[in-house]
Amino acid sequence: MMSDIVIRTENLGKKYIIGSNQQHRSFREALSAKARGISQKIMAPLGKRINNQEKEKEEFWALKDISFEVKKGEVVGIIGRNGAGKSTLLKILSRITEPTKGRIYIKGRVSSLLEVGTGFHPELTGRENIYLNGSILGMSKAEIEGKFDEIIEFSGIEKFIDTPVKRYSSGMYVRLAFAVAAYLEPEILIVDEVLAVGDYEFQKKCLGKMEKVASEGRTVLMVSHNMTSVVNLCQRGILLNSGKVVTDGRVTETVQKYMETAREAGGEVVWPDPKEAPGDEVLRLHAVRILQEGIEGATGDVEISKEVIIEISYWNLYEGALVSLSLWLRDQMGGVVLGSATHKGVSLIEDYWHWRPRPVGRYRTICRIPGNFLNEGMYSITFWVNGLKPEARIYQDYAVSFYVHDTGEMREQHGAFAGVVRPKLAWSTEYIEK
Amino acid sequence: MRNLSQTELVIEAGRTERQYWQDLWRYRELFYFLAWRDILVRYKQTAIGMAWALLRPFLTMVVFTVVFGKLAKLPSDGVPYPILVFAAMLPWQFFANALSGCSDSVIANANMISKVYFPRLIVPASAVIVSFVDFLVSGIILLGLMAWYNFIPGWRIIALPFLLAIGFAAALGGGLWLASVNVKYRDFRHVVPFIVQFGLYISPVGFSSSIVPEKWRLIYSVNPMVGVIDGFRWAILGGETELYLPGFALSLGLVGLLLASGIWYFCLTERTFADVI
Repeated sequence: MMSDIVIRTENLGKKYIIGSNQQHRSFREALSAKARGISQKIMAPLGKRINNQEKEKEEFWALKDISFEVKKGEVVGIIGRNGAGKSTLLKILSRITEPTKGRIYIKGRVSSLLEVGTGFHPELTGRENIYLNGSILGMSKAEIEGKFDEIIEFSGIEKFIDTPVKRYSSGMYVRLAFAVAAYLEPEILIVDEVLAVGDYEFQKKCLGKMEKVASEGRTVLMVSHNMTSVVNLCQRGILLNSGKVVTDGRVTETVQKYMETAREAGGEVVWPDPKEAPGDEVLRLHAVRILQEGIEGATGDVEISKEVIIEISYWNLYEGALVSLSLWLRDQMGGVVLGSATHKGVSLIEDYWHWRPRPVGRYRTICRIPGNFLNEGMYSITFWVNGLKPEARIYQDYAVSFYVHDTGEMREQHGAFAGVVRPKLAWSTEYIEK
Repeated sequence: MRNLSQTELVIEAGRTERQYWQDLWRYRELFYFLAWRDILVRYKQTAIGMAWALLRPFLTMVVFTVVFGKLAKLPSDGVPYPILVFAAMLPWQFFANALSGCSDSVIANANMISKVYFPRLIVPASAVIVSFVDFLVSGIILLGLMAWYNFIPGWRIIALPFLLAIGFAAALGGGLWLASVNVKYRDFRHVVPFIVQFGLYISPVGFSSSIVPEKWRLIYSVNPMVGVIDGFRWAILGGETELYLPGFALSLGLVGLLLASGIWYFCLTERTFADVI
């Protein structure tokens, strides 16, 4: 029914202009560019105007032709790789930024939660921040007052409610922030990855709250990297890739499709041009690869009994920089199987270049995951390259994925095993007595 | 599509949202909370928060009294020179603080702007309120000075709220322009202190605008704060202080223009704030 539709987007598009000349971030540059323009106009004969400024502009469509409808009470998960346009879509839907093209019709009161604790001020107490944050999220004073006790109870920090939040631990901070958000009562809720906060117990509490919201017949649009929570919470999934809708349908099918497209990357991502690679003036990414002995080049498919080699290569552009690396291995639902790092005591062997002043140049860091450890299935790598001095960071979520296959005897004899990992453990039985 | 209901919201490129002014009203509580936050933080952060609001105008007043009143021996229109200075100091400090607060406000709240929707106009407007509280605090000094000099203002004092509103409009209008430009060009914020400092010298704060030759009075009033400051003196000092009406009308008109254009430009650029900030 038409009247059931609460969100409708028509050919939505968002264009960003990238390139050196798009914006003069400083007034000084803008002025000198203007002056140059004028002098060029005067110097150049009429009709022969050189338009080199136009050339340097480069358009980038973060979203293209997005059309979908959301019915009242639907819980929709939006998934996709980094840079697929998920966050841009949420920002447009929550009116933070304007679309370049297309139209959106929204019926009902919208609340967006792109972050928890927006507007929190460190100098103010927990109590004061509840009021402030609540009103920023669109709650009225009366509404906040009515739910005040529940919010404090949910957060579990009654004792510190009159302490400035700058004295809070990060865990307490997040609890309070989420507690405020949890008591929003919009007709349409737009959420971005906020579930990934706090410790495990609190995450469970938050998920419970989300499930309750979803079951109350409210419309929810959420972006998440955690496929488990997407599958648990949503009925419908929209998969975005390079700003376009690839799949829109039942959530399990969409997640499946996502895992497949992730796998198509072939276990390798390379940025040939350092200028366009992720990073900053200290560190720049060069490539991420999955390698395995016996296979030439990078591979998206590995054999269960052999070592999986994760290779990250990057540029250090700063003489004497101190750099460390860390990574997460995620399973196909987005859950973290393990975390590891180059740090002494964390790494099995000593990494010579860990926190050692590095000359400028390209480096390759390798992490080996032993064979006969992972189970069959899809895994993804999330990693960080951290500069300690000077501070710098490259973060890549779901950088590469690979599929672990079992071609050996085990599979033939016993079929698929349950579990995220499948290490070979030492079993033995003794005959004790008659 | 037609039967979707009246409360439907349409988001589209370049659309001057009809709901904007409605939203502004709907978010009035946020306006109140932001102003409340800024005031709370301002008077919490520094132990001398209150003293600071008193000390700064007081010391400036002392310097101006000594330099212009005692050394340069400028006319005081028959009132004690400190009161002459302070009656101008009050609106000027309010204007200067509000202008710089306003122009910094959007950048200072960048995080909020990139994460939540609300009519952005709330941010600079609430920044002006903080300066208004400072104004009230430093008003205490004026009362003290009046008591000290046994000076009793006349009926004209009731015009103060109106004059203050003009100062408010001037600060907000200029502040909106500066705030929008600040988002686009980050180095523009260095220009603001210069504007404020320069403004202090070309506004009749340390002296009475009666020393400006008659033929220059109208041109002098192009500075919108001239009208406000003269108005304050007229209202507080009373007696022989006369308001130069053509100049006042010119100032008033320019303030109106500044405010209207400031709102227009701010609304025009605020849609892209989240992309550039």
